[in-house]
Amino acid sequence: MEKMIAGKTIAVNEEGYLTDFSQWDKAVAEEIAKENNVELTPRHWEVISYLQGEHKNQVALSIRKIGKSNVVDIKEFYALFPNGPLKISTKIAGIPKPASCL
Amino acid sequence: MKRIVILGAGTAGTMMANHLNHELKRADWEIDIIDEREEHYYQPGYLFLPFDIYEPEDIVKTIDEFIPKGVRLVKGKIDRVQPDNNHVLMADGRVMNYDILIIATGAKIAPEETPGMLGEEWHKTVFDFYTFEGALNLRNKLRTWEGGKLVVHITEMPIKCPVAPLEFAFLADSYFQNKNMRDKVEITFVTPLSGAFTKPKATEALDHLLQDKHIKIESDFAIESVDQENKKIIDYGGREISYDLLVTVPTNKGDEVIERSGLGDDLNFIPTNKGSLQSLANKNIFVIGDASNIPASKAGSVAHFEAEILTENIKRYIHDEPLKEEFDGHANCFIETGHGKALLIDFNYSHEPVEGTFPFPGVGPLRLLKESRMNHMGKLAFRWIYWNMLLKGTHIPFVSATMQEAGKEF
Ligand SMILES: Cc1cc2nc3c(=O)[nH]c(=O)nc-3n(C[C@H](O)[C@H](O)[C@H](O)COP(=O)(O)OP(=O)(O)OC[C@H]3O[C@@H](n4cnc5c(N)ncnc54)[C@H](O)[C@@H]3O)c2cc1C
Repeated sequence: MEKMIAGKTIAVNEEGYLTDFSQWDKAVAEEIAKENNVELTPRHWEVISYLQGEHKNQVALSIRKIGKSNVVDIKEFYALFPNGPLKISTKIAGIPKPASCL
Repeated sequence: MKRIVILGAGTAGTMMANHLNHELKRADWEIDIIDEREEHYYQPGYLFLPFDIYEPEDIVKTIDEFIPKGVRLVKGKIDRVQPDNNHVLMADGRVMNYDILIIATGAKIAPEETPGMLGEEWHKTVFDFYTFEGALNLRNKLRTWEGGKLVVHITEMPIKCPVAPLEFAFLADSYFQNKNMRDKVEITFVTPLSGAFTKPKATEALDHLLQDKHIKIESDFAIESVDQENKKIIDYGGREISYDLLVTVPTNKGDEVIERSGLGDDLNFIPTNKGSLQSLANKNIFVIGDASNIPASKAGSVAHFEAEILTENIKRYIHDEPLKEEFDGHANCFIETGHGKALLIDFNYSHEPVEGTFPFPGVGPLRLLKESRMNHMGKLAFRWIYWNMLLKGTHIPFVSATMQEAGKEF
């Protein structure tokens, strides 16, 4: 599937997650954030780059792990990305939605 | 003579004891299995106990009767594993050495992980049903409960048998209808996931069933604490849900023995190769069942499929042959939906549950992802199969260890 985001054609899955990280840039992130009613501040960017780093190192992301990351605690994570922070923040970061283990 | 030691004589450990007892030359290998308990609990029965569908004696037997004669059952608490010198230390000071170690210590609830959960009201208005005691206390509570807000809640993933909480909600609907008090009970299903289940097609079917049964769903709820005094649960975003009766599935963790041995991740699950079931850290340690961190369901049916593949790999390991990375995450679960019906789902690492027929493509008799009475009979039959076939390591006819794609509508 493809979608126009920030004036570019971007490959996404049915849920709107980027399928090709190389197409991600800050403008794309800004627009996805806006769609999810999130206004990006420097704190958001720190968390986003942490998430991208973890993804690159193939660390499976979970709320619990993020809470223990020393980057952000769970409370703040919720305040930054309300209502389902993990799925919203990963979408903005251009990485796959974490597969919650079965 | 060489020695294989199996840690844990629950579902997976018992299966491995039976498989290996058949497959290994007994003159060369001694097999020991260690557990601290006297009883073997049929955990899927915990779902039925609260609703007076099963009695305690239906789901508890002694461990001994399932361990074959050629295997030595050692009773006692395991203190730790020392992988560097191949030792298992027992809490009473005994030391056992092994050539091959199979870890099958399972997973258990850790209510202490959530502030407020284990307060005064634990097993009074706040219950789990993932332990025998929890399920039994809940049964007694439900027998006299007069109604109000019932909240069925999952703390965080992964949990054993991820569909059990949903089944609990469905069975509660049915139970209160039979007691002619459904109008006095409001049922809410609260989950950290974005829908009823983790896989899209099954979620669609299950969300629909919840609606039909007038069960409210509150999704994306990551609990921060339980406020027992004011009877509500609160999430990190500040969302609050009140209850009169809270039935929660606390965080699930591997046993502390894994932590003491330094073998686990932050939930005490052991990093394991998801295809071969060999531990990532030690070549002579294998992991089966709920104790591993592989991304498959923590279910007895999964352990059954794993056992067939692990037995093959243990033989290969002994003969210095390369291991098969063959386990595909195959899971096969009945989902009780109440009123004498059930759904069946069959899936693996790469294929989500879809509609179709099982086990014979195009024939059935069981239908995938559709409610039927036949599926419910299957779920009840599972208890007999568990005690008489699964634990003994008997192959279930027509059901292969890896998932079959024929007969499914991908
Ligand atoms: C409510 C509920 C419903 C379920 N429904 C289903 C279902 O419908 N279908 C299905 O397939 N599965 C179901 N399951 C899941 C299934 O019961 C488990 O996946 C299965 O029992 C896992 O087996 P295991 O051997 O890994 O762990 P267990 O069977 O839990 O065994 C672990 C053993 O290790 C022992 N042990 C642990 N630590 C130590 C120590 N330090 N010292 C000594 N001994 C120790 C324990 O005493 C225990 O006997 C359900 C589970 C629950 C809770």
